[in-house]
Amino acid sequence: MPQTGWAALAWTHLRKDLRIEWRSREAMNSMLFFALLVVVLFSMAFDPTAATSREIAGGVLCVATLFASVSALNQAWAREVRHQVLDALRMTPGSGSAMFLAKALANFLFVSIVQLILGPIFFIFYNLHPLGNAWLLLLVVPLGTWALVANGTFFAALSIRSRNRELLLPLVLFPIFLPALLAMVLSVKTILTGDNSDPELLWIKMLAGYDIVFTTVSLLLFGVVLGAE
Amino acid sequence: MKKLIFIVILLAVAALMWWGFYQAMYVAPADAAQGDVGRIIYYHVPNAMLCYLFFSINFVASLLVLAWQRSQPARALAADAWALAGAEVGVVYCTVPLVTGPIWARPVWGIWWTWDARLTTTLVLWLIYVSYLLVRRFAAGSQMQTLAAVLSVFGAVDMPINYLANRLWRTQHPAPVFGGDPDAGMKDPDMLAAFGWNVLAWGVWGLLVLAIRIYLERRQQAIDGAEAQAALAAD
Repeated sequence: MPQTGWAALAWTHLRKDLRIEWRSREAMNSMLFFALLVVVLFSMAFDPTAATSREIAGGVLCVATLFASVSALNQAWAREVRHQVLDALRMTPGSGSAMFLAKALANFLFVSIVQLILGPIFFIFYNLHPLGNAWLLLLVVPLGTWALVANGTFFAALSIRSRNRELLLPLVLFPIFLPALLAMVLSVKTILTGDNSDPELLWIKMLAGYDIVFTTVSLLLFGVVLGAE
Repeated sequence: MKKLIFIVILLAVAALMWWGFYQAMYVAPADAAQGDVGRIIYYHVPNAMLCYLFFSINFVASLLVLAWQRSQPARALAADAWALAGAEVGVVYCTVPLVTGPIWARPVWGIWWTWDARLTTTLVLWLIYVSYLLVRRFAAGSQMQTLAAVLSVFGAVDMPINYLANRLWRTQHPAPVFGGDPDAGMKDPDMLAAFGWNVLAWGVWGLLVLAIRIYLERRQQAIDGAEAQAALAAD
């Protein structure tokens, strides 16, 4: 029997995750609603003017995405543990990173769909009118989301084995994610306010660099996490 | 005999710390622009520099844990003690700049804190290693060591970012004093001496605390191992 290639394995896992999610849509629904609640809460809490809303919009979007995805991340791995998928995976050679990438991609897709639905609502609630180059948002938001989801998927797998798994994921994820959060929030602020404070797109470059570094480290170390007794 | 050596070392370190204090507070002249408030630099900077040392110890030890956990588990256990001690001492040495910095900043800049690159990345570094210590507390058993070691690798990736932050981005935080512009650097030899003595004193103190912590952790590991053995043997 020919050895399944790494890419084929990743593709299989991805299809599985997408299919499960499509049939129940529970993760996306709860994420969407939770993110919406956070956006409403923030607008109640701050009641920003048009100028202020451009400053804080990036932050609110990022925090809403953060809280919304944490619950979905834990849930995804809990499902795998429940069905002994992780044990089965440990017995197959060299496949840990394929599953990690597939899960990260699936989660990235779900979170991006939530953001696509939430984005226009967000613009409406805050009466946002981007003054800078709005097309750059299509670059910044996915980069920031990937940073969150890739790290989140990795740490969710790491914390799934501990006693306080729901508590541990945010505790571990948020400090590591902070540089990416900063880069994403500042980039969005620059784009929305159009103040041209970052003409060389330094923050976007840093975000891209962060993504590359941490995705690589996660891929390399996932096998270790999987094999931890 | 061992106790005697330990007491001698402890006294020597204490003497060195006292000497560093004397140099910083009495021998070195007050800063021309800041006055006596500037003396905090003899505590702020040495601690900030040394925290990298202890986090590096944690990083190397964590790599060894990952490398040895299957092939040489006894050595992996020893490396794990070094990793834990390195993180604990490192967190303390990272807390000191985060506390002394605002104390200095309030009279000099008029603000306690600002979210510039150096301060933010140092805070992030501190948060990452505190979360490392929390992982060690929440997870149990040998898998905890593996998971903590993995987290430590992520933390180690943040360190170069922190170090370079002050150089890559023009920030609120003072520009590098050593190795900065040709115009930078401590010119007064007394100030330089006080700085050097304090780096040495705090370094030696940190290494002493590290050694004590590793010793304690190894004893604890031995006790836990014996308990586990006893539990297996009894029935």
